[in-house]
Amino acid sequence: MRTAVTIFPGSNCDRDMIIALKKITGKTPIKLWHKETEVPNLDLIVIPGGFSFGDYLRCGALAARSPIIKSIKNHISRGGAVLGVCNGFQILIEAKLLPGSLIKNQKLLFTCKETLLEIQNTLESPFCSGFKVGTTLEIPVAHNEGNFFASKEVIEKLEGEGRIAFKYKQIKNNKNNYNPNGSLNDIAGILSKNGRVLGMMPHPERVINKFQGGIDGLKFLSTSIEQLID
Amino acid sequence: MKVIINISLKNGVLDPEGQAIENSLLNLGFKDFKNIRIGKQIILNIDKINKSEVLEQANNMCETILANTVIENYKIDILEDK
Repeated sequence: MRTAVTIFPGSNCDRDMIIALKKITGKTPIKLWHKETEVPNLDLIVIPGGFSFGDYLRCGALAARSPIIKSIKNHISRGGAVLGVCNGFQILIEAKLLPGSLIKNQKLLFTCKETLLEIQNTLESPFCSGFKVGTTLEIPVAHNEGNFFASKEVIEKLEGEGRIAFKYKQIKNNKNNYNPNGSLNDIAGILSKNGRVLGMMPHPERVINKFQGGIDGLKFLSTSIEQLID
Repeated sequence: MKVIINISLKNGVLDPEGQAIENSLLNLGFKDFKNIRIGKQIILNIDKINKSEVLEQANNMCETILANTVIENYKIDILEDK
């Protein structure tokens, strides 16, 4: 299992992601600096969270035009899997590898809290097919621009094609604020047409040890990696 | 030539920043306004003699990176050198 984590100026979840992937695969992932143009054959590339290029212009806009993106596109065309977390999701959207847009949180606040995700009925995907539909995972979010927005047609298409990976789900005693950013249809993560590119706002790499308050992130990442090995 | 690019959110795209400013204006007693929207302006110089070439290049910049056409409109104004 060959994995890699991309690093842009301003990425700040790369080390956590490297630790998580090492814990699961037993091998240290390759670090890919944003200027790299040659990328070895890999099974999974993770674009981690952070504030690439200081969020200048738009979140992810400058990172999405970095040299590494061409290599990521080649990796995808070879059938490689890509996971973008938080800023990584924003980068995938800005690179037009996923549709829609991530705009400012509805309440204009940087939101950092636990969210409950519900696995949706998706097309075949290494990121979702290892879970039963309706499985819930508790994974935290931490972002300012995670409010998924797209035209009605795009949303209907995503729903119809089974490309919504998970939605925010109501937590027992939290009836009103379970959706942390106001995203349409409570969308927390979406898949590419072939199911092998996932963008998600929540941070699985932040809940991989009991002392962090949970291990659902580990569960999510290790299940995805098992599916990729199969 | 000086190129002034105005980028604004498309109609129907939520503008929470605009809404927050609207509330502040209302709180300050400004009542006589509506349809507040936040945008941004990018100013740059392109050294070409032909205005249509400048426009084409600026257009290309907007489509490639400066605007996110999923949620934003852009308008290009060119000030010709005197």
